[in-house]
Amino acid sequence: MSENKTPVLEVIDLGIDFGGLTAVNDFSLKVFNEEIVGLIGPNGAGKTTVFNMLTKVYQPSRGSIKFLGQDTAKMTVVDMNKAGVARTFQNIRLFSNLSVIDNVKIGMHNSISYNNADAIFRIKKFHDEESRIQNEAMELLKIFELDDKAEIIAGNLPYGAQRRLEIARAMATKPKLLLLDEPAAGMNPQETQELMTMIRFVRDHFKIAVLLIEHDMKLVMGICERITVLNYGMMLAEGTPEEIQANPHVIKAYLGE
Amino acid sequence: MKTENNFFKKLFAKNYRSRTISFLIIIVGYIAVEALMMSGNLSSMFQSLLVPVTCYIVAAIGLNLNVGVSGELNLGQAGFMCIGAFSGVCVSGALAPFISNGIVRLLLAIIVGAALAALFGMIIGIPVLKLQGDYLAIVTLAFGEIIKSLINNMYIGFDSEGFQFSFVENKLHLGPGGKALISGPMGATGTERISTFMIGVLLILAALFIVYNLMYSRSGRAIMACRDNRIAAESVGIHVANTKMLAFVVSASLAGAAGALYGLNYSTLVPSKFGFNLSILILVYVVLGGLGNMTGTIISTIVLVLLPELLRGLADYRMIIYAVILIITMILTNNDTFKGWIAKLKNSLSFKKQPKEAEAHE
Amino acid sequence: MAFLSYLINGLSLGSVYAIIALGYTMVYGIAKMLNFAHGDIMMVGAYVAFFALTSFGIPVIPSVLLSMLATTVLGVVIERLAYKPLRHATSLSVLITAIGVSYFLQNGAQLLWSSSTKVFPAIISNGSVKLFGGELQISYLTLVTIVVCIAVMVCLTLFINKTKTGMAMRACSEDKGAATLMGINVNMIISITFAIGSGIAAIAAVLLCATYPTLSPTLGSMPGIKAFTAAVFGGIGSIPGAFLGGLMLGVIEILAKAYVSTQLSDAIVFAVLIIVLLIKPTGLLGRKLSEKV
Repeated sequence: MSENKTPVLEVIDLGIDFGGLTAVNDFSLKVFNEEIVGLIGPNGAGKTTVFNMLTKVYQPSRGSIKFLGQDTAKMTVVDMNKAGVARTFQNIRLFSNLSVIDNVKIGMHNSISYNNADAIFRIKKFHDEESRIQNEAMELLKIFELDDKAEIIAGNLPYGAQRRLEIARAMATKPKLLLLDEPAAGMNPQETQELMTMIRFVRDHFKIAVLLIEHDMKLVMGICERITVLNYGMMLAEGTPEEIQANPHVIKAYLGE
Repeated sequence: MKTENNFFKKLFAKNYRSRTISFLIIIVGYIAVEALMMSGNLSSMFQSLLVPVTCYIVAAIGLNLNVGVSGELNLGQAGFMCIGAFSGVCVSGALAPFISNGIVRLLLAIIVGAALAALFGMIIGIPVLKLQGDYLAIVTLAFGEIIKSLINNMYIGFDSEGFQFSFVENKLHLGPGGKALISGPMGATGTERISTFMIGVLLILAALFIVYNLMYSRSGRAIMACRDNRIAAESVGIHVANTKMLAFVVSASLAGAAGALYGLNYSTLVPSKFGFNLSILILVYVVLGGLGNMTGTIISTIVLVLLPELLRGLADYRMIIYAVILIITMILTNNDTFKGWIAKLKNSLSFKKQPKEAEAHE
Repeated sequence: MAFLSYLINGLSLGSVYAIIALGYTMVYGIAKMLNFAHGDIMMVGAYVAFFALTSFGIPVIPSVLLSMLATTVLGVVIERLAYKPLRHATSLSVLITAIGVSYFLQNGAQLLWSSSTKVFPAIISNGSVKLFGGELQISYLTLVTIVVCIAVMVCLTLFINKTKTGMAMRACSEDKGAATLMGINVNMIISITFAIGSGIAAIAAVLLCATYPTLSPTLGSMPGIKAFTAAVFGGIGSIPGAFLGGLMLGVIEILAKAYVSTQLSDAIVFAVLIIVLLIKPTGLLGRKLSEKV
């Protein structure tokens, strides 16, 4: 976490307006490699909007996003993923009619090297690549404890497993930065505990940075090294979990006057 | 001996079962029809349906890739068949003096028909695939009608100087030995009928081969991903427009190939045959057979083409009965009680299958 | 002056499209389905009016009312028997069912009334209004068509905006679940929507047959597709959109026939539709729906 390293993600004065209303303004953030950063704030503070700007689902109105030192102004959602940003969604977005393993294999789409003609004529390269991603997908599923459910239709998974599958699918794109939008929502305390272990393991094993939105303070304070607080689209505070917990502005925003 | 065993096991393994069954249906069907024909047990009316049915199956397999697998409602499949049919007629007509072998000309016509339809699919796909849902449906309908209308106003002839075109009015001045290939609303007349049932069957097998191998590959998964959740597909780096385009173009080219086969099966063919009603007819085959289910498409096409003929004894009532069967099938297949019965029936039939793990939502 | 005359003829044809399109769009707005049988319901209305006028010698207005009654009942019965069981089915299943209903009506009409064409009697006297010293002639029929269309549109708008049922309809089109919680009988509202949509289709049928007096069982299909196009053109689900779309479609069609080519007029109509949708993907007055991420 040394400050002289170049950050994986560097956001400067980011802002977005929707029909004249400013949803997020002057948002700045740095995320360094192998760091877990939390983005918290009351409902409607603009956290998901920040994620949508970081992944270019929304084009920001102002400010800049640098990823791995590269300006992303002209990049699309697809470009951002190819560059190394992967995400999950607050309202789970799985390919719910497809099997669990196919969900992960779809995440590997851009790492597969055969083309359509190879696939139609089933040349050796096709079979080699398919068996490679089959193995890689199973390995990923093992990490997220989904390997025994590989052939189940994703939409039939229980809620907690769906959240884990979304992370597995995001990881299949081999990202440098993983954005998790309320990964513990709807999970019971035990599942949340397991999720924390998984997130830490993923960070250590794949050596990536994680930025997460979460309401579960136990999770946020438990695994985040740094936290940024957002309120009414503005940054309220920034610091270590201890600093945030002691910050009077944050307490006021969460508890009211 | 052991390898052979493995081979058969593989044919009926999870990913392969459906395609093995569809290939089997086609091959067994072909042998049965040939046997019936040789023994003289096939009425001329059924014989006349053989080639059209193969055309419909190929076009429907293509449409199922577009509507079932890719999830975009396409109401213009007949337009692509129209392109294939009339380009096929032109190719065959122009090549007749040079290539006497009908099969070779037919194959060339099919290739050209498929290629031209694919090209138009690509041109049309760029604007169309930007739209969603019912808007996309109406634009495909509109393109289908435009294509029909344009060919309805097209005059193409062939003489020693090559192809001659004219539009809206017939201004063709063909040299000696020249031949008018398309004459506006009169369509193609005097076409040499070179389509054969065997080529139709081979075309179905080729279509199945292409579509199945695409479906169970990187692109097939991407197509289904875009259908299930567009935003999530983009978030994992899938270019949604290109992916949908692939399904659309393959679908169009199969319709083009089917159209070429269809066009060369009749001595006269009018463009108005390829209107909205034909698009709908093929869509009905696809939906009744099951979205994304190619075996179902094949069965439903055969059944629905034969049904009005089998109902011929009922004379005037046959089309009404056909309509009622269509409505009742739709209502039943969407009825939970009925679906429960079918599931039970399936379970009791597939004794070999392992019980599927089904986990309820929490 | 010729242009003005074409324009008025276009508005007249467009009025017919607009009335059919209103039925399409209302049903779509509330039941969220494309009722492909709508044109065929109109066809039945044309036949009922035809027999009322010719076989039974009933005067024009009661004939039209009788025809409206017939299509209203038909629309409600179709909805109850064929569409209601599919309330929770995929839109594609509903579409295929609607196509089945369309086949049923066309072939039923053929069985009942034979496929040979019939000639619709003249219902409006042949005279015309002369303007600019006789340079511009507008037939009474054209005037009546346009006036009736405007009247239908005004009545429908008033009904939807001012009555309790109209408010319930708007609520259903926004959110059926919430409407149910507010005590609205959604099934009843859908039936009413089909009733109104089908009822006004009979008006369109009579106006259409007064202009193009050939009756056949397939009479509804092309105007049906055109009206569907008009509804999408204006933004499907939007009532002013259907009105505007219908009128514009009629004008474009007549102008294309007059200035470009009769054979190509349909192609031009559809090409304009495509261009409009490319510029405004939800039609002229359609609402933009964006998905929340």
